[in-house]
Amino acid sequence: MPMAEVPNIVPALPEIFLALAAMTLLMLGVFQKPVTPDGELRAARTTTNLGLITMVLALLLVFTVSGNVLVTFEGMFISDPFATFAKVLILIASTFSLMMAQRWLEQQHAHRFEFAVLVILATLGMMMMVSASNLLSLYMGLELQSLSLYVLAAFQRDDVRSTESGLKYFVLGAMASAFLLYGSSLVYGFTGTTDFATIAATIKAQDHHFPTGLAVGLVFVMAGLAFKVSAVPFHMWTPDVYEGAPTPVTSFFAVAPKVAALALFLRVMMGPFGEMAHQWQGIVVLLSILSMSIGAFAAIAQVNIKRMMAYSSIGHVGYALMGLAVANEQGVTGVLIYLAIYVFMNVGVFACILAMRRGDRMVESIYDLAGLAKSHPGMAAALAVFMFSMAGIPPLAGFFGKLYIFLAAIEAQLYTLAIIGVLTSVVSAYYYLRIIKIMYFDEAEADHLETPLPNVIAAVLGVCSAVIVLFFLVPAPLITTAGAAAASLF
Amino acid sequence: MSAIKAIVFLPLLGAMLAGLLAFVDCGEDKHKKHKIDTYAQWITSGFLLVSMVLSWMTFASIGFGGEPYTVKVLTWIQSGGLDLNWALKVDTLTAVMLIVVTTVSAMVHVYSIGYMHHDPDVPRFQSYLSLFTFCMLMLVTADNLVQMFFGWEGVGLASYLLIGFWYNKPSANAAAIKAFIVNRVGDFGFALGIFAAFVMFDTVNLDQIFAQAGGMKDATMVVFGAEYHAITVICLLLFVGAMGKSAQLGLHTWLPDAMEGPTPVSALIHAATMVTAGVFMVSRMSPLFEYSDLALQVVTVVGASTAIFAATVGCTQFDIKRVIAYSTCSQLGYMFFAIGVSAYQAAIFHLMTHAFFKALLFLGAGSVIHAMSDEQDMRRMGGIYKQIPVTYTLMWIGSLALAGVFPFAGYFSKDIILESAYAAHSTVGGYAFWLGIAAAFLTAFYSWRLIIMTFHGQPRADEKVMAHVHESPMIMIAPLLVLATGAAFAGWVSYDWFVGHDAAHFWGNSILVLENHPALENAHHVPAWVKYLPLVMGASGIALAYLMYMFVPSLPSLVVALIRPIHQFVYNKWYFDELFDALFVKPAFAIGRGFWKVGDQAIIDGYGPNGVAAATQDTARKAGVLQTGYLYHYALAMLLGVVGMVTWYMFAYAG
Repeated sequence: MPMAEVPNIVPALPEIFLALAAMTLLMLGVFQKPVTPDGELRAARTTTNLGLITMVLALLLVFTVSGNVLVTFEGMFISDPFATFAKVLILIASTFSLMMAQRWLEQQHAHRFEFAVLVILATLGMMMMVSASNLLSLYMGLELQSLSLYVLAAFQRDDVRSTESGLKYFVLGAMASAFLLYGSSLVYGFTGTTDFATIAATIKAQDHHFPTGLAVGLVFVMAGLAFKVSAVPFHMWTPDVYEGAPTPVTSFFAVAPKVAALALFLRVMMGPFGEMAHQWQGIVVLLSILSMSIGAFAAIAQVNIKRMMAYSSIGHVGYALMGLAVANEQGVTGVLIYLAIYVFMNVGVFACILAMRRGDRMVESIYDLAGLAKSHPGMAAALAVFMFSMAGIPPLAGFFGKLYIFLAAIEAQLYTLAIIGVLTSVVSAYYYLRIIKIMYFDEAEADHLETPLPNVIAAVLGVCSAVIVLFFLVPAPLITTAGAAAASLF
Repeated sequence: MSAIKAIVFLPLLGAMLAGLLAFVDCGEDKHKKHKIDTYAQWITSGFLLVSMVLSWMTFASIGFGGEPYTVKVLTWIQSGGLDLNWALKVDTLTAVMLIVVTTVSAMVHVYSIGYMHHDPDVPRFQSYLSLFTFCMLMLVTADNLVQMFFGWEGVGLASYLLIGFWYNKPSANAAAIKAFIVNRVGDFGFALGIFAAFVMFDTVNLDQIFAQAGGMKDATMVVFGAEYHAITVICLLLFVGAMGKSAQLGLHTWLPDAMEGPTPVSALIHAATMVTAGVFMVSRMSPLFEYSDLALQVVTVVGASTAIFAATVGCTQFDIKRVIAYSTCSQLGYMFFAIGVSAYQAAIFHLMTHAFFKALLFLGAGSVIHAMSDEQDMRRMGGIYKQIPVTYTLMWIGSLALAGVFPFAGYFSKDIILESAYAAHSTVGGYAFWLGIAAAFLTAFYSWRLIIMTFHGQPRADEKVMAHVHESPMIMIAPLLVLATGAAFAGWVSYDWFVGHDAAHFWGNSILVLENHPALENAHHVPAWVKYLPLVMGASGIALAYLMYMFVPSLPSLVVALIRPIHQFVYNKWYFDELFDALFVKPAFAIGRGFWKVGDQAIIDGYGPNGVAAATQDTARKAGVLQTGYLYHYALAMLLGVVGMVTWYMFAYAG
């Protein structure tokens, strides 16, 4: 083997660009001398704006290298339609989060230029995750993402709740990483490789006589991934971190990492362990049922809207896992459609939460939304659209997301799972509709929330609600691309 | 031929127009309201008067040599073997009903102009009256059972609406609901009868049924596993319907309560027309009833029992309208037992004369009530005959006709019924005859009890009311005069056509009487004492009433004290309402309450919506409790999760 062969870096161009950009922005921030308040503000704004440009450029690069299946770095890295689909969603979600964050951070006097850098690094980690085709590159991407998120969770370092949530997330995340690593080592021990394609080939050669150690390793890997997607019973960190972390961080947590982790989950289970589908299906079904149930029931008791959204995301992960449990192309397509719609719904909801401000204080109780229909009719209407969509009311997009997953589950004869899914979505409809009831039918007790809406928020709300409302008119682009992306996994 | 369409549909048009006027919002504008009311009154009354004139013309042409005919309006239902039209069948029987219905209705319409003068809802009232008339005409002109049922239900609806016309009076609402529900029982029987007829004859068209009836006289049908004579089954079911509508014993309880409606309604619906629908229907179905002796016997017994029952109750009531209501019930009993002995013609004859004198009595009573400032209790009347002489005279004419005094209308029709019953020479005929004679005595007694208590003696009302007593206006008196003419002369004039020697020619084919049921034929050849006994009983009834209420006013209370248990029994209407209350109403409420409280609220709501919601809330709280906030709890949960997953996997697959 020639020593100095340069690997093909084209498939990884977006990631390489992001990495360089992150480092450049870091330097830029540091050399802006952010010691005076003015300098700090200028540095934060500069990095955020440049960060947004970076995201957009990265998105363009993703499109540029998309189209073919390209494997590089000795099989460590893969760029295929599936990865492209996930990366596009991740970049869109990150861009939205970054866009909405700056103003909030400034209001809370928590604006620091590292925020944008951390978001970009986390995004880079996520893109690495969805392109990983080796247990080691998987771990690398995951850790880059996780470490950035730990710091982001504790970003308001003088706020107790923020630091507590960062610490909790870090400790539990480390434990999950340990599960993942231990599982990986078991898999390596029983297959002799960490490369996805080779693992798949080895397992196939075993002809359904799998060593117990391999299965245990798989279960540990699944536990690690389940933590990242916050599936029950590895979800405990979610409500606390969602509530404690600064709201822009929560809004980031709720969307992009979920997409990345679920995409990774899909790739790992369908790729190297696809032959063992019959073995792990039951576990995924269990995770799905537990997540849907806890997500639905626990959210009812929540008053803090961020906590409620945490449980809501747990529930949504349950539905997505239902698509994984089906373990076929249709199921994966369903998950990808679901994720795409989920991104827009959640970004929209968090845009509203970011705008919940009374006086110079952020408010987070759902009862603070009382009377919103009178004071902010537009925002109330948009939030109502998102809530209806999350509850799965046709013809909004959320309905179709659930529809494709349930269809896949029913065609795979997973009737119990589908029925539980329908029932829990009935239960969850309660807390979604409660928000609408509070906005439209309750009288505001205190002052109205601050008016007018910031332009950024209004724009995001407009875009997201338009996507959710109008999706049913032109569903074909999303459905065909999701189908193509799913096909590349098989 | 198109006259019949006008007769039937003019009242409908009137009802619609007046109904539209009812929606005109007059606000506080008295003048405008008066104008609207006047329009509604004269539109409906005008149409009815036209309809009446056309009816008389139709009657004249059909009754005296005209051929019966059927006018098809349009096809109604064509479905498999079921094929029926909206069609208007006109024969003598229908023609008689046409003149009765339109004449009384027209008179009531006109009378109402005066009587309802002060009511805030005049257009609505007139609209209901015309709607009722339309439905009644639909009923009597039906050429098939389904159309008859339509009219039947239509008059029931109108009756419900009119009894409850003063809907802010709770007693009126209760009475309206009672009338509707009791009639449901009868209507259910009627509907079953129609189904049975369709099963047997494969058609609901009257002419086709009658054509097949003779050939089916021995047919049987299976009911609840046993085999019965088919025509008997059909006839008994139809008769249940007739009992409900015509307030026969058992299903009569709604009629006295129906007096909660305005008095013109009582006159039109609950005396002259709707309640006679049962009599008409059974007569119409004579080609079926003739083939079932059992059904006829049942009709006779029920009719005779009703006649005596209602007459006894009528003797004890104090509400002037209730007395007349029980009288109506009793007279309907006469008609039914006439039918039971196959004297259909006599029944229809009595139906006709009764319509005139009973409407007269009701409207007269209305006039009295009007004069007495809406007082209905006869114990607070008396001594007013000098103030309202015209009403007094008219009431006399009505009562004479009702009591069967020569030469008033009731004399002819009641006598021929009693003679027919005697001439039937059967056990049930004898039962009917003797009860009928007794009832005739009671009829005369309660009629004069009413007249004396109302008009004679010392005034028992307070001075304010007495000062107010006044004769009714001309608009109310004129219709009474028309009806009084009928009550006085209808029997004498039409005796020969209805039941005399022109009868066969007059009725044509509209009524069938078999050879072996010659009661009406024989009625003209009964012993003399049979002919005079009703008259004697009537006279002695009147005499007794005079004795007890005029000459020895202390006597009634003495008699009551003497026979207190019997009086109590009769005064409380033989405890029918209490019996039904205990038998049906209370259990129905108990079952309903049971289903509501236990079935719906406790079981369905408890375990269903509310239970699930409560369980959900509970689960939500418990799910929240798991979230302690302690890091090591969370870590433990994750560890347990992994352990659980591995264990489960081991057992499930690796085994």
